[in-house]
Amino acid sequence: MKYIYYIILMLPLLMSSQDKITGMIMEANAKNEHIGLVGANIYWLDTTVGTVTNIDGKFTLSYKPEYKKLVISYVGFKTDTLTISDPKKMVHHWLQPTSDLGQVTVTSRKQTTAKSYLKAQNVITVSSDELLKAACCNLSESFETNPSIDVNFADAVSGTRQIKMLGLTSPYILIATENIPSIRGASQAYGLSFIPGTWVESIQITKGAGSVVNGFESIAGQINAELVKPSTDDKLFVNLYGATNERLELNTHFNTKVNDRWHTGLYVHGNTHNKKHDVNSDGFLDMPLFNQINLMNRWQYIDTQSGFVSFVNLKFLNDEKQMGELNFNPNTDKLTMNAWGSEIDTRRYELSGKFGYVNPEIPWQSLGVQTAFSSHKQDSYFGLNSYDIVHNSLYANAIYNSIISDSRHKIKTGISYTYDHYDELVNTTDYERTENSIGGFFEYSFDNLELLNLTAGIRIDHHNLLGTFITPRVHVRYSPWSKSAFRASFGRGKRSANIFTENQQLFATSRQINILNSGGDIYGLDPEIAWNYGVSYLQGFNLFGSKADITLDFYKTDFTNQVVVDWENSQEINFYNLEGKSYANSFQVEFNYNPFGHFDLRMAYKYYDVKTDYNSGRLERPLTPKNRVFVNVGYKTPQDEEQLGRWKFDATFNWLSDQRYTSTINNPAQYQLPERTPTVATLNAQITKVFSPKFEVYLGGENITNVRQPNPILGADDPFGANFDSTFVYGPIFGSMYYMGLRFRIK
Amino acid sequence: MKNIIIVALMFIGTVTFAQSKNAKASMEVDGVCGMCKARIEKACLNTKGVKFATWDIDTHQLDLIYDARKTNSEIIKNQVLAVGHDVQDTKATDEAYATVHACCKYRDEDVQDDHKAEEKEDN
Repeated sequence: MKYIYYIILMLPLLMSSQDKITGMIMEANAKNEHIGLVGANIYWLDTTVGTVTNIDGKFTLSYKPEYKKLVISYVGFKTDTLTISDPKKMVHHWLQPTSDLGQVTVTSRKQTTAKSYLKAQNVITVSSDELLKAACCNLSESFETNPSIDVNFADAVSGTRQIKMLGLTSPYILIATENIPSIRGASQAYGLSFIPGTWVESIQITKGAGSVVNGFESIAGQINAELVKPSTDDKLFVNLYGATNERLELNTHFNTKVNDRWHTGLYVHGNTHNKKHDVNSDGFLDMPLFNQINLMNRWQYIDTQSGFVSFVNLKFLNDEKQMGELNFNPNTDKLTMNAWGSEIDTRRYELSGKFGYVNPEIPWQSLGVQTAFSSHKQDSYFGLNSYDIVHNSLYANAIYNSIISDSRHKIKTGISYTYDHYDELVNTTDYERTENSIGGFFEYSFDNLELLNLTAGIRIDHHNLLGTFITPRVHVRYSPWSKSAFRASFGRGKRSANIFTENQQLFATSRQINILNSGGDIYGLDPEIAWNYGVSYLQGFNLFGSKADITLDFYKTDFTNQVVVDWENSQEINFYNLEGKSYANSFQVEFNYNPFGHFDLRMAYKYYDVKTDYNSGRLERPLTPKNRVFVNVGYKTPQDEEQLGRWKFDATFNWLSDQRYTSTINNPAQYQLPERTPTVATLNAQITKVFSPKFEVYLGGENITNVRQPNPILGADDPFGANFDSTFVYGPIFGSMYYMGLRFRIK
Repeated sequence: MKNIIIVALMFIGTVTFAQSKNAKASMEVDGVCGMCKARIEKACLNTKGVKFATWDIDTHQLDLIYDARKTNSEIIKNQVLAVGHDVQDTKATDEAYATVHACCKYRDEDVQDDHKAEEKEDN
């Protein structure tokens, strides 16, 4: 009898071992890797029986035969309901992320660079995998494998890379980090090199007018860099990079979970280059000497039950560059004629926060507030020219998302405020100004779920110097047949040109600076206003049984007013308001092909027609090639279950047609340049060996064919003479360069 | 007394309002692909009062949020059936099923296998 009792008592125990289901909830990712989601809610539909996943994304939950539907929810992800037919089977489920606060990333193809078939806007999403194709190093270098963005050198001394989109330079592109406009004002010239590549999780490139949500400044397009998040980034990440030119870089990430709701990450970047190079023997450094320390601390708050998400970011940057003649010693030669030299010291503090609330009951309702404060200080001199700038900026944006009648009609509305204070010292002239603006925006998007979507936005802003004005922007996508997308967009942009900081290369010349107008509010000049129109056609198809797609883009930017930067007189640089026409037309064909597994081919051809009415007549924009050819090939060896290692190969070829030099006709004969530059072709390649998910090593070469512009500095023999000019740069200054590095990560 | 009735009525009114404005429901709907997804979701959203509809290709789960004063899950279900998709144990009529695109013939095992193979390829 006693035994029977025992057996009866034990029965529930035995049964309970069967009455449980176990499983793992993961974040959806391109490779279906098992990235566990911690803190996801799991419960049986219509019951109070539920649990949350542990640190590895795993869970155990009691089961009864009458429980059939398992609901999995997590803020920032789509809620899924699974039908459980066999409780003994372990549940493996990948949750799809939903759109983040105020931004949408649609990745419809599992490629490293994805073009959307579904969005109204012409958005190219560049994943972290694509960013690894060129191991280096900061955001300005990470566009080298992307045909939509052109990367050029700004001048022959500072080594600064300048990006262009649709034929227009970066001031006409709104560059944001996590949807907060970040590279603007004083950071315009070097800001891209202040965002280390490993901090970037993905990049969204929007061609054309872009959304009204992020402000009125964008003209050619928008680039948004999403940074790595403490909750999803590796616990520990180390990246070490060294190049044959003795450039060294170190990146480390530390991420930790503080408690159920808080995650924090510390990101440290340092780079240094202290070797003097002069391959072209002109007496000048081919690339600057530099030291950079860049720190970021992020705090991420997630409360799945109440629907609150938040980020707080702290950033600090200190960057020092030295350029000029080899024998220049800053301690004794600064601002003297002993030797020509230059130093740029930058210090930047940034504090930003994002607060979001998603109504857990009503998934379409959310409220987001973004705020950022930055203080940017640059002290610099170039030969005998000195230039200092302090820029303090405050940005605040509140966005409310909802629907009208049903989820096909979405709206975004909100208000934004910006404050910018500039204090500049240009040689002996002080320029100081304060800008502030307050604005409201409303954006409506319609999605009929199949063939058509439309995004129409309008904003009205009141700006103390630009006045009160309306910014409309419209994007439409129509897909009349399978795998097609026709897009059209138009929009207006308006901005104040920061003439000195955006054209800093002018200081490394002996040109005289002239501002020809005096009536305007910004250095005596008027604000820049432009309209952008674009059409695009994307078609996916099968070629010999493999996936391929082709994109045709045509964009036109028409300036109503522009601050013309006139380099046409080789002794002067003139700034004046546009009188007449200024436009940038760009046409691009891009072809992507995946002929066999893990082999990707991307080819692009671009044609630019960028012209401005200068005081001396209508001319092609200088140093802008009319034609560009781009080819990128990538191959990865297959990865199987047992063997974790793999090889990755990647190569990028670029060809630029001849470019127009600005006139040097009034220089003495030995300082005259031809009318046009030669063509230039470069080749970069990289090999990565992945040993395990934890460890990989890469080896690469930039400019392998060793192409160089022979004499990039005009008047290098007489740097304090009247003809010194370092802005005539069309190609690489340093020859080929090889690098290697490693990445180590603990998930 | 009259006042109490009015207050009570108002109270009931607000309570029902609060309860029914965003009623939730979910049901299993058969289908195979993204085209099915668009068709199912459209059918739901075209029903007056439906605010939100998402259908999951893998789980076949349709999640709905609707204004219960204007519609109910039975009406929505009939809308989905009308465009040719089986809902839980109710089969769509043959006429309705005949209208779905050839690649969406979810009752056909070959079509199901085709879509599974495609998914694998994508991965």
